[in-house]
Amino acid sequence: MRLETRKLLDKAFSGLGLISIAVMAIALLLILTPIVWRGSKAFVFKGTIEHRRVMLEQFHRGNAEKFNKDYAEVVAARAPIYDMLTDFEAGTEQRVSSIETEMDAKKERAKELKAEARVLKREGQTEEAEKLEAEEDRLKDEAKALKTQISELKESRTEPLESVIDALQELFGPMPGQRTPVLLRQQYGQTRWDRTLVKLHEVLYTEEWDYSNADAMGILIEKPRIDQFIGTEMESFFPYLEENISEMMQPRRTFYWQFITDKSKDSHIFGGIWPEVLGTIYLTIGAMIFAIPMGVIAAIYLCEYAKEGRIISFIRICISTLAGVPSIVFGLFGLAFFLNTIQVSDSKSVLAGSLTLSLLILPTIIRSSEEAILAVPRAYKEASLGLGASRWHTVLTVILPAALPGILTGIVISMGRAAGETAPIIFTAAVSVGAPLKLWQTLSQPTPALPWNIYNLCTEHEAVDEIRHVQYGMVFTLVAIVLLLNLGAILMRARISKKLRG
Amino acid sequence: MTEEITMKKIDTFAERSDDKKPRKTHIEAKDFSLFYGDFEAVRKVSMKIPKQKVTAMIGPSGCGKSTLLRSINRMNDLIPSTSATGEMIFDGHNIYAKNIDVVTLRARVGMVFQKPNVFPKSIFDNVAYGPRLQGIKNKQKLAEIVEESLRNAAIWDEVKDRLQANALGMSGGQQQRLCIARALAIKPEILLMDEPTSALDPKATAKIEDLIGELRKQYTIIIVTHNMQQAARVSDLTAFMYEGVLVEFGKTKQLFTNPENPQTENYITGRFG
Repeated sequence: MRLETRKLLDKAFSGLGLISIAVMAIALLLILTPIVWRGSKAFVFKGTIEHRRVMLEQFHRGNAEKFNKDYAEVVAARAPIYDMLTDFEAGTEQRVSSIETEMDAKKERAKELKAEARVLKREGQTEEAEKLEAEEDRLKDEAKALKTQISELKESRTEPLESVIDALQELFGPMPGQRTPVLLRQQYGQTRWDRTLVKLHEVLYTEEWDYSNADAMGILIEKPRIDQFIGTEMESFFPYLEENISEMMQPRRTFYWQFITDKSKDSHIFGGIWPEVLGTIYLTIGAMIFAIPMGVIAAIYLCEYAKEGRIISFIRICISTLAGVPSIVFGLFGLAFFLNTIQVSDSKSVLAGSLTLSLLILPTIIRSSEEAILAVPRAYKEASLGLGASRWHTVLTVILPAALPGILTGIVISMGRAAGETAPIIFTAAVSVGAPLKLWQTLSQPTPALPWNIYNLCTEHEAVDEIRHVQYGMVFTLVAIVLLLNLGAILMRARISKKLRG
Repeated sequence: MTEEITMKKIDTFAERSDDKKPRKTHIEAKDFSLFYGDFEAVRKVSMKIPKQKVTAMIGPSGCGKSTLLRSINRMNDLIPSTSATGEMIFDGHNIYAKNIDVVTLRARVGMVFQKPNVFPKSIFDNVAYGPRLQGIKNKQKLAEIVEESLRNAAIWDEVKDRLQANALGMSGGQQQRLCIARALAIKPEILLMDEPTSALDPKATAKIEDLIGELRKQYTIIIVTHNMQQAARVSDLTAFMYEGVLVEFGKTKQLFTNPENPQTENYITGRFG
């Protein structure tokens, strides 16, 4: 090969390498940026007065005096809104009753005419009687018309009002004087400014779907609600609400770091994700407790004690295969074996989940430990044995310390995996809602955990749109936990390697 | 089950100081062969290695001299599928008998390897590794042993100020002398050296050779070397091996000046090998 060709080839290879690294970096950036950006909104956001109210009433946090002052202002700002509603209701009531009076009068008159007509008939004045009866029928028809008018009036005023009130309750929480709702989420208004604006929009506009074209998707048509109320007491309601929304909610930049350490209230509508974080920590540590000793001891046996042969090769193949088994299979195995067969606990539990996860990561730990042990120079082993050390002592004092960086790497990789696996814990450990567990409860009780709850919130929660920030917060936290673990291990590894190199 | 024979000796130094007695045989091979699988690397070697002498083994690469050396403390056991026939007698026992405790044997037959193989630990911990194995925990005692061993290995003055430093930071020659000190710390009777200077520069080699000259007063030393000048310089007896067979074994002076076997003569005059 000519020199130029060789140089060109070298350059092409390094160019390809650089490109692939760049692609990887960009992909990582593309994945991480939205996670960090949207995840951070669970911690830093514009919180409304309702958020502060939740914090104060549900988590006993914050300055009550200052809150009360602010809340008084808010109540004052909201008062005209509710006044307008009351006025409108009263107006309806008044109109209905005036029409009702008219209708009653007509009915009364009709009755009188009927009686008169009967008298006239008896007296033989048939012609006169028929006249009166015609008059009576006319009145009856008029009364009927008035009745329809009442129901029409009610339809045109009450129904739109009710839907406004529904939307308003979602925005501000229960109306003044209303009985406290049972569900916690209905006791408070919107806690976040971004959601407030969404809900405000729902108050200001109605949504209708146009399905006239059967071949296409329905088209969303938004109509301002104010159109329904022109010429009524409610006419100024909507502009007032739109203009004064920030006085009514008092949005403030909020740094809610307790998102991680707070329990969740009413299945993640309020509060934080501590049960999930704690569950994830329990499961990961539990898996490590089982997997590290088993994995490292197995690796030591395979490298140092076992005689090479068919059985050992077979075992190695089995371990490699195990590493490639889909995680859902491990989950089902965990359910079938740990829960149904040997019954480590009566229900799903952290213990069963940890055991299942430990099986999942065992092959990784064994393989990486094996490689690390094999990479220890033979000279160390010879030196130790040559000094009259037993095999076991050599492994403990010379081989394991020298192999530690490599073993650690495997452990950390599998820790990240254990923390993030969903499928193995679905059947063995995870529930969607739960309290943070005490240490001893992990033996018998299931726990929420980040990976499972991320999935659960996205797919099965009844108010998915309301809690997007919680989902992203969870994803962010999980990624942060895994990255921190990796970082810690890299630092630890660097320290040990440095110590070993001298 | 037969009882396990421990090779542990109660007081080795007492016997060694007994200088007046005629030199006794320290280790003896009787028709000793060693196989790697089917390959016979050492072929029916019989030799008597005397006490407190330096015995050198020379021969071309692959002649089995290292294998023979490593057979003396059974380091070949580490290689799978090795087997031995014949006898290797040490302290009245055939060390290849089934019920020999290899660990105690190795504590009496120290070894220094071709490449310096210090542990990635501090200098102190390297030397104290053997004594700690033997159950010495007293810090004062350990410190004494470490100092004595390092002095014996002629490296004390160079490292006394940095005993806690990582041994991997030392130069190659220093590391090799540290390995010798480490081997001495277990108070062996025999010191096996497998080409101890092949990875070192001439200056470090000279130091090791001087050290061997000092150590011969206390220890039986068996050294494998490629360097015939080295064998001539440091050894009392020399064994020439070729293709697994012990060709000639005698006093160094005689072997180098007046070899009995023509093969030996060819080798030392540089006609092959």
